[in-house]
Parts: sequence; structure tokens; C-alpha cells
Amino acid sequence: MAAISSVKATSDTHNGPDVEYEKRRRFNRRVSRGLVAPALIFSIALTQIPFVVTIIFSTLNWNQLRPDEIRFAGFQNFVEVFTGGDFLPALWSTVLITSSSVILSLVFGLFLAILLDRKFPGRAAARTLAITPFLVMPAAAALIWKWSILDVNVGMLNWGLGLIGIDPVAWNTDLPVVTIVMLLTWQYTPFFMLILLAGLQSQNREVLEAASVDGAGAVRTFRAMTLPHLRQYAEISTLLGTVMLVQVFDPIAIMTKGTGGTKTLSYLLYERAFIGLDVGQAAAFGVVTVIVTIGIATIALRTMFKVFVDGEVK
Amino acid sequence: MRKLTGALLSGFTWFWILLAFFPIGWMVFTSLKTETDAATIPPTFAVPLSFDQYREVWDRDFAPYLLNSLFASITSTILVLAIAIPAAYGLSIRPVRKVQDVLFFFISTRFLPVAAAILPLYFILKTIGLLDNVTALALLYGAMNLPIAVWMMRSFFNDVPREITEAGQVDGANLRVEITRLVLPIVAPGVAAVALISFIFAWNEYFLALILTSDAARTLPPYLASFVDGRGQFLAVLSAASTMAVFPVVLAGWAAQKQLVRGLAMGAVK
Amino acid sequence: MTTRTMWRFGVPAAVTAGVMTLAACSGAGTGGGGEATAGGDGGESVELTLATVNNPQMKDMEELKSTFESEHPDIKVKFVQMEEGDLRAAVTADVASGAGQYDIVTVGAYEVPQWAQLGWLTNLSPALEADADYDVADLFPAVTDALSVDGDLYAVPFYGESSILMYNKDLFEAAGLTMPDHPTWTEVADFAKQLKTDDTAGICLRGKPGWGDLFAPLTTVVNTFGGQWYDTNWDAQVDAQPFQDAVNFYVDLLADAGQSDPVSYSFTECLNLVQSSKAAMWYDASVAASILEDESTSAVAGSMGYVHAPVEKTTESGWLWSWNLAVPNTTKNQVAAETFVKWATSKEYQQLVGETLGWTRVPPGARVSTYSIPEYEEAAAAFAPLTLDVMNAVDPKMPGVSPQPWVGVQYVTIPEFQDVGNQVAQLVADAIAGRTTVEDALAKGQTIAQEAGDKQK
Repeated sequence: MAAISSVKATSDTHNGPDVEYEKRRRFNRRVSRGLVAPALIFSIALTQIPFVVTIIFSTLNWNQLRPDEIRFAGFQNFVEVFTGGDFLPALWSTVLITSSSVILSLVFGLFLAILLDRKFPGRAAARTLAITPFLVMPAAAALIWKWSILDVNVGMLNWGLGLIGIDPVAWNTDLPVVTIVMLLTWQYTPFFMLILLAGLQSQNREVLEAASVDGAGAVRTFRAMTLPHLRQYAEISTLLGTVMLVQVFDPIAIMTKGTGGTKTLSYLLYERAFIGLDVGQAAAFGVVTVIVTIGIATIALRTMFKVFVDGEVK
Repeated sequence: MRKLTGALLSGFTWFWILLAFFPIGWMVFTSLKTETDAATIPPTFAVPLSFDQYREVWDRDFAPYLLNSLFASITSTILVLAIAIPAAYGLSIRPVRKVQDVLFFFISTRFLPVAAAILPLYFILKTIGLLDNVTALALLYGAMNLPIAVWMMRSFFNDVPREITEAGQVDGANLRVEITRLVLPIVAPGVAAVALISFIFAWNEYFLALILTSDAARTLPPYLASFVDGRGQFLAVLSAASTMAVFPVVLAGWAAQKQLVRGLAMGAVK
Repeated sequence: MTTRTMWRFGVPAAVTAGVMTLAACSGAGTGGGGEATAGGDGGESVELTLATVNNPQMKDMEELKSTFESEHPDIKVKFVQMEEGDLRAAVTADVASGAGQYDIVTVGAYEVPQWAQLGWLTNLSPALEADADYDVADLFPAVTDALSVDGDLYAVPFYGESSILMYNKDLFEAAGLTMPDHPTWTEVADFAKQLKTDDTAGICLRGKPGWGDLFAPLTTVVNTFGGQWYDTNWDAQVDAQPFQDAVNFYVDLLADAGQSDPVSYSFTECLNLVQSSKAAMWYDASVAASILEDESTSAVAGSMGYVHAPVEKTTESGWLWSWNLAVPNTTKNQVAAETFVKWATSKEYQQLVGETLGWTRVPPGARVSTYSIPEYEEAAAAFAPLTLDVMNAVDPKMPGVSPQPWVGVQYVTIPEFQDVGNQVAQLVADAIAGRTTVEDALAKGQTIAQEAGDKQK
């Protein structure tokens, strides 16, 4: 992912009206199509068919508890989505929770990656421990955090705060968004850290050493050489992290139940489908969510990420 | 002076690492206590520890859920590798702009909110008789992980020097040999990283498992919540169940961390 | 299987082979579910799948199922336990779509009449009445009324409950306070403020947003303050004065003397708090008393007192709820399922629980005769007579001061209610946390409730 450019360099050397090369190109294109086809077909079958069914459902008036009243409703469900006043707050919550978690995870991930890039006693063990939160099942993490860490009476966090003289905090009641972001940051920091650490370790040591011999300070070397080098790693971790975090559901269902600005689109959709029991309306919310997310994703991907703008194989 | 700074920095590093690991360490510690000790505040440290809670969890029919989780995660991971590797390779050798659109399509499928499609999925699976079917669950997990897998694999393939494959072609190697003999060994750490990430996501998935399975195919995540007991005093047994549920993935992650870092760094370490 | 060997076989073959081998392993490992079973009452053996909420009484049932299985060697029962919200989602999807994954389901009193009317549940009356020993008439009439459609029973109560006020006698004594047998909310609020200290809550009340969490106790407060969800014309009354007074009272009480972090709290959380003597009072389900009095697990057994639900304008308050066993119409094993349902709700089952697990653990509030079992009377002396009293006194047809167009105390039996209740509960939780005012929250709640009410007109 980092050195996508290497391919460009090698293929450029073959440019020109080379017959062999043209043959090769055509052959590649055919092979490529054959190789990509299974994945495309599989992906379309498993994700697009349900989506088409969702679109069909979204035009129906269908409450699960009123099975006798199923009928075509046209755009009625979509009108309810936009006039109901639930959608925009949920979109905002999703953006807020996802972006804060991604940014915090990126910052903490970079911080830990820099610390772990150094040699120190027990480094391998430290890295092993540091990646663990990412491996823990979100459902288990949410349960353990709720009952064992954040509980006002027996929770370890408030107990720890008490030791340094801070009053217990009613996490879920007073700070629901902070609670969710805190848990997600804890869980995803290791993922960002891993990618950034990989980036740090892939730096050319000789160049760094040469820079330090030339008398460049550590901070300057870091800003002038390390940070630009890390950019692609940061981008890829942000992209993958966002894709994973935007669907967050488990901690909200287990901890906050959607109060206080934690009703994200995923939770809203769950609520429409399984508490509202309104299949048609849930589907309409789903369709709008998909369109909006893909819209935002397209803009974000094509403007923010170099990998999509000019990182392609030429 | 330098030594002192180094020691301080190491201590500082360890402080953060231990802080981040604390919830998990505490979970494991709690799982070894009795229920009464687990619920005591201020927390107890010098108390008798035992594996009784683990036996209790095992006796509550843990094994079938564990087997289902293993099956769904392993099958979906194999499936993902089997179709993502050729697709990513195809995308990496194809010198056209359409690549961008195909890639974008894959990534965008990951943005489909599961909650939006779950009722349609439910009705489709019911119609074809695949509700509560662990193979169907594995297929869905495959679809869920495919985008990230294709994305990551393609980056790894992009880093394979073109000369290697072209040299192979001159020698008359066919495509399968080209991929298996020449390219795969180079990207092996990347494959390991992708496999691990697919496995983690499949193992940890909660929502599809909750709705689309009932009994025969039910996996561990929806089973976990049943350890919260309305009679109170369940911290220790819940911790034990959680520890058992996260154990396989944590173990796999620890074992494969070198490959994970190398895999994610691909490109530059060649 | 490594990726390399896979390639040698070619991709499709490897995938198919992999999937099939593993499918075979898994099939063997998990016993393959119940798809091979037919008939149910023939000679073949049947595996029943029972979906249930993960409450203690249900866990006891699972513990004791082996007794049933040895009495009926051809029937095996597989329990699938879920958290309440998960259970509702999974079972509703199953029953509404006719998927038929479950042979027996645990259903709340709110759903039973609606599902029965839609024809989703088996009419259990014929099977129950055919068995003279079962004694249908012994089931609590107030509970079975809510489970019947046109005189036929579509679910049987496994346990029933009302709500009562529980208090810690030691803390009351230390503060020199006496709890009356029929307290008013004004008195309770007064006590709570006096008993509140830095690490003890004056009262524990549910604040977790959810129609079955926060709004179960809160609706009873609304009722006794003279409010209601809907009037007889299905016009929402959520922003009416009595409803506002009740919610304001509840929110203020939590702020002045309640537990910290109220939005996290529901039944289980309060139970933990009370058991560690960190709450002086607790207003919740009567079934809590049987858990608090269990000497083997409860630290406060023997030091708790129990009185009627606090009132304001009515003479009695308290909700009425039951968790029931029902047989979905889609089951292929109806006879076997009915046999198990009968066993689990029989008098013999109650004896079995008492003798093997202890008498306080007998599922309460389902059978009148439970309250005349001598051992139970003795073991549950602290709370059984009160529970019996309250369950007979609560009127689900008119729990407040005004008539209402549905039967039910802390819920409204229309399909939209759980959605309405949840959304209003989230708004009230915001008011509890101080992010909005009660007035604003209920103004929004009124709009949500009215939309659902309009569908009834």
C-alpha cells in the first residue's frame, strides 16, 4: 500500500509502441477480468441482492404486527424519513462519533507507535499487550466496560479516579458520547498503531542516520522526514478505521441505548426494524443511509486520499 | 543523562501499555475470583483464585457455540482469501483506469449498514431455507470481509516487482504457476495479515449472528450476553465467559503479530 | 489448509471442498439442530428449541429440564437464552415471518394478545383443559386475562409479578424512620432525601431508556398521579399536566436522592446496588424480593422490608407483568411443545423447584396455589402475602383514575407502543441527565405518541 508508485516506475520503462507489450496488455486485461469476476459476482450476489430487496421493501407499507395491511406505499416511507426529524440527528451522531474515534485513535496510535518504535526492555511483550484491545470481541468489550470498568459503584475507573481525588463520574448519564468514543478509541487505537508502526519501521534507517549525522535535531528529522513518510500509512489506517467504525452498534446497544446523542445510523436502523417493527420504514431509512454514506464516502475518498486520486496504476 | 532519559521513556511507554491493557488484564483476574470477591469495592487482590468460573461456563453448553464460531470464522476466511487473492492480483496487473471504479465498488459495499439489510436478508434466507445455517453465516461474513481483503491484497501485489512476473512469463510459466510460485511467496505476510483481519471480524460479529441464527448455528457473541444474570453477582462468570470467547482470536493475533506488522508494512520492506 | 495448497487444486474446488468438509465437521459437532425430527408424538425423539429471556427463573428451568427429559425420554429441550431486547428482536422476526425456528417462545404479557389475534400462537386451551391435573383455574386470573383472546389462552404464565417498594430496614432504623404499609410518593420522596448520603442512594429507580425499563415504573407513577398515555379517544396525554407532574416528580426524585448514573440503571443494576446495601429503597418488580431473600446469594436477606407500591391519587398502584410460555403456530412439534409448557407451569414443577433449588426460588405470581404451599409460605413469609395481595388488587383495565381503551398497566397493547415508549424514554433520559427539560421532552413525546394514537382511530 505504501509503495504503490513502484509499479508505475517499472511499467513506465515498457512504454512505447512495443508489439510484445501490447499483446501483454491485452492478455493482462483478459486475465484480469477473469480473476476479478468471482469476487465481483460473489460481492454482488451477497450485498446487492439484499439491497435491491431493501429498495423494494422501502416502497411498501408493512408493519410486522399488521400483516393484513401490507400494500404499496410509493414514496410515503421516504417522506416520513425526511419529515420525521430522526435522520439528521442520527447522521450527525454517526459523523461525530466516527470522526472523533478515528482522530483520537490516530493520535494515540501514532503516540504508541513512536514509543514502541524505540528499543526498550520487553518491547515484544509490550507490543503484544498493546494490540490486544483490537482483538477483543466488541460485545465482550462493551459488557466488561459497562459492568467492570465504568460502573459507578464497583467500576475500576471511578475507583481509580477516587484515588487521585476526583469524584465518581456518571459516565452513561452525563457523558454518553464520551463513553462511546472512549471505548471505541480504546479498541481501535491498536489497529492504527499497528499500521503506523509498520510505517515507522519501513523508514530507511540509513537516511535517518545520515540526517542525524548532518546535525538535524530529532524533532526536525521527525517533521521533515518521518511525518511525510507516514502520510500514506495514516491515510490507509484512517480509511480502513472509518469503514469499520461507521457501523458501530454493539456498545450503543449494550451501554447507552441511543440516548444523549449516541443514536447513530446503525442504531436508528435497528430501532426502526426491531422496535418499530416497520419493515417499510426501516428499509427506507436503510436506502437513504446507504445513499448518503456512499455520497459522503465518495467525496471523502476522492478528495482526502491520495491513494484514490493519483495513486492508481497508470 | 542519556541513560536516564531512556529509562524514563521506557517506563513511560510501559505505563501507557499497561493502562491500555488494564481492562483485559482485569477481566482475566476477575474471572479467577469468586463472585463475592469480584463485586467487592475497593477491589480485592489477595484472594483465593480458581478456575471454577471456567468450569461453570463450560458446563453451560459452551462447546457448540465455540464450534459454530470456529466454523463460521475459518470458512469465511478461507473463502475470502480464495476469491480476494485472484481479484486483487487481477486488479494489480490491469493497466486501466477502471480499476478505480471496481475498487470503489468493493469498498462501498462495506458501507452498507448491516442493520438496513438485515430484514431483507432474513426473508431471503428464510425463503431459501438457510436461516440458522452456519454455512450461510460464513458466506455472509465472507462478503463482509471481501472489500477490505481485496483492498489490502491489491496494495501488496502492487509492491511485487514487475520483473519477477515477467521473467516467469518469458520462461513460459502459466498464470497459476506465476501466481503460486512467484508472487504468493513474496506477499505471504500480507496474506497472513488479511487472513487474520478477516478471522477477527468474523469471530467478533454479533448482529447478523443474533438475528439470522437461533440454535444450531448460533455463535459466541450473542451467547455472551446471557451471562448477565438477573439474580445479581455475575461479574466473575461473565469475565470467565468473555475471556474464553476472546481467547482464540487473541491467541491468533499474538501469534501472528509479526506477520501483521510486516504484512501491513509490505511495500517498504522488500 | 494453506493458501498454497489451495491454489494447486484450483480455487473453486478448494472452496467447495473446504466448505463441505467444515460443514460436515460442524454438523457433527453441534448435533445438527432439530431438522431431522418430525411428528413429535410418535416414537421418534424430538428436540425442542426454546427461546427465552435470561432471567433467573428461566435459568432455573434450564437447570431442571433434565427431570422433564428423563420423564419424557423421547423429548429433548434446547434452551437459547437472550437478553430481553435481543429476545424480542429475534423472536418477533421469527414469529412474524413464520420462519418456525423456535418450538416454544417466552413472550411478555404485552405481545401475547397482539400475536394471538394475528394467529401466530397456538391456542393452548384445548390441551390444558384436557388434562384435569393441570388445573387451569388455579392460574392468576389477572394474569391470564391479559393472555386470552375470546376466552382462549394463547400463552401460560411462567411467572408473574407486580411492583412493590422494598426498603432496607437497618438503614431505616438507623435514621429513626418508619415505613408505612401503604406509603405515598410524597412520603417516599421525603424518606429518600433523609436517607441519601454520599455513598448510599435514598432510592434506586430505573433510568435506562426503554419502554420495559424506565417506563415500567414511571408509567405506574404517571397512573397514580392521574395521568395516562391515551384517553378513550386514543388522544395522547403525554404533555397533559398529570403526566408532566409525574415525570417531573420522578426526575427530581432521582436528582435529589437517587443513585448516581441513573441512565445506566434497570432491574439488575438496582438489584446489585440494593444487595450491597447502597440503596435505602427500591421500587421495582415484586419478583426481586425472592432474589433478595435468597440466603445463599443475597447479603441483605432478612433485613429487607416490603410494602405496597407508593400511591398518590389512586388507592393502589403497581404494575402487572408476566413472562409466559407460548407455542408458535409454525412449530412442527406442537404436541411435544405443549407437553413441555404444561410441565414447566405445573404444580409439580413448583414442588420440584422448591425441593431441589430452595423454596424462595419457586416462580411466583403464576398460580394462586403457590401461596398456600406451606414450605413456600414459610420461606417467603416476608414478601409472599404482599405479592398475593397486590396482584389481586391491581386493575389492569383501569390502573389510573381515568378509563383507558386497552387492558394493561404499564404498557399499551398497540403494536406501536414499544417504539413510542422507547423514544419517549430516550427523551426522558435526556431530561434525567439534564440535557433537556421535562417539558420539552414530553412535548416531543406527545407528537410521537399522537401519531401512533391516530392509527387506532
